[in-house]
Amino acid sequence: MDNLQSLTYFAPEWGLIATVVVVLLVDLIRNRRDDRQVGTWFVAGLIVTALLLLGNTPDHTLSLFRDAVAWDPFSHFFKEIVLLSSLFVAVVVLNSRELDGYPLGEFYMLLGIMILGMFWMVTSIDLLMAYLAIEIVSLTSFVLAGYLKRSRRSNESALKYVIYGAFSSGLMLFGFSYLFGLTGTTKFHAVAAALRNLDPSAYGAVVVASILILAGFGYKISAVPFHFWTPDVYEGAPTAVTAYLSVAPKAAGFALIIRFFHDVLAVPTGEGLAWSSIGNLPWPQLLAILSVVTMTLGNLVALRQTSVKRMLAYSSIAHAGYMLMALPVLSQDGVFAILLYLVMYLLMNLGAFFVVIVVENRIASEQFEDYRGLGWKMPYLGVLMTLFMFSLTGLPPTAGFIGKFYLFAAVIKAGSAYYWLALVGVINSVISLYYYLRVVKMMYLKGDPQETLEGAGRFYRSVLTLLALPTLLLGLYWAPVAEWVRQSLLLFKP
Amino acid sequence: MTHSLSIYLLVAAILFGLGVYAIMTRRNAIAILMGVELVLNAANLNFVAFARFGGMNSSGHVFALFVIVLAAAEAAVALAIIINLYHNLHTINVEEASTLKQ
Repeated sequence: MDNLQSLTYFAPEWGLIATVVVVLLVDLIRNRRDDRQVGTWFVAGLIVTALLLLGNTPDHTLSLFRDAVAWDPFSHFFKEIVLLSSLFVAVVVLNSRELDGYPLGEFYMLLGIMILGMFWMVTSIDLLMAYLAIEIVSLTSFVLAGYLKRSRRSNESALKYVIYGAFSSGLMLFGFSYLFGLTGTTKFHAVAAALRNLDPSAYGAVVVASILILAGFGYKISAVPFHFWTPDVYEGAPTAVTAYLSVAPKAAGFALIIRFFHDVLAVPTGEGLAWSSIGNLPWPQLLAILSVVTMTLGNLVALRQTSVKRMLAYSSIAHAGYMLMALPVLSQDGVFAILLYLVMYLLMNLGAFFVVIVVENRIASEQFEDYRGLGWKMPYLGVLMTLFMFSLTGLPPTAGFIGKFYLFAAVIKAGSAYYWLALVGVINSVISLYYYLRVVKMMYLKGDPQETLEGAGRFYRSVLTLLALPTLLLGLYWAPVAEWVRQSLLLFKP
Repeated sequence: MTHSLSIYLLVAAILFGLGVYAIMTRRNAIAILMGVELVLNAANLNFVAFARFGGMNSSGHVFALFVIVLAAAEAAVALAIIINLYHNLHTINVEEASTLKQ
């Protein structure tokens, strides 16, 4: 479809661009003492964007802008995920004390641009578009991570983020350049077609290119060994930003990774997809090992953290590992499981990070030691944190259990060659039980029940309840979400 | 013609290797950024060489132009972050920036 026609399918993106411009203008003319005004405008803009997005639900697939971006249910699902988590984070930032003394206008503007970048990341079917989208998301998230200009920790986290980010996107770009040279095109589907007719003497270059590209994607979803930035960035960045980085860009990264592998490196067979044998690289084994290393390292290092925020950073690495588990399978079930898990992960991970924000606002600490007795001092918060921890572990009857159940089921369904992968996943879940429950133990087993702290405040109570209710209810009745995900499995094919 | 393509590719590969080496070994944040620029330009050289000698359409040139723009944006953001770090820590050595534990 040509450019002019494509614009009508771009309504949510228009909404976002308008939101960013409005926020910029409001920030210029607003009342200097009222910083919140900008945030209210931003949240309103996001709601309008959400309505535009819902009004733009695809029932078939199209490619827009001369095959640069896809318009399909798959990308629509990820846009909804990104927008949902953005709404939560935007509202929390509005009420958090973390950014006191820093301009909120620019914060929301950068957040808006980042959402736009993620929208493009999940829709791109062109190497150039994918690179641009990744860079838009990266550049804005570097600034957001270092937003607390006067905090050394925030500075440092931005520095590490920018160095690792620039390096891995450089590697990915170099990989893209080889892929372009081998195939003469930048469109995913044309690349795939050209690769199938490639001269075997060029297979070596394809292997090099694929591994370099995997480095770029792995960085976005913080898979080991491209995870080095994650703990430091997550610990140093403002907690609201950390919560956001651990959910939205990770989801967008998974969208891109799934699309790239399905479009470029897999070949359609009678009953689905099979890995293409270009370069004789054993992709399923490679990805399975990547997944195992990612979850094991994430879980083992999380065990010996003293800061809850840093523990959650390693736990988010482990969760990327769990989701990667369903990637080598290359089946509809696998994609279904990853998408379903992302919904559950969004709820429980944002919930856990928001509890950390509340505690930080109250006692200015994120250390395990300082969580001692918190369950007695702030009873409601304690119960919710316990629920989120159970869900992150994957204990029934929580959303996390259902998510993990489908992941393991997809892996086991793929045949006995993958049983070991599911087994490693189960062992890892057991390991994670230890450090998640350590938070609960700290909150309840120690401390004086007599003492009480001022509660979380009505605003945080309602946001956390909004996250906690589905975390619990989806563990008992998940059919609506499963249906939503099932309708989103359609990827654009030319 | 193919002979000249391979020379360009060789130069690009050497540039890439030098860039990666600089990123791995340098401790000065600015020097690391220079390494990143080398990597990006190596990719650019590949794109342009492929587009010129591979008999391909102009999307390689377009790609290179976009990369140049993004490299500038990335350098701007990175330098701003480094300046800010210098204000707070009085150093731009990445190893001395270690408040966050390893």
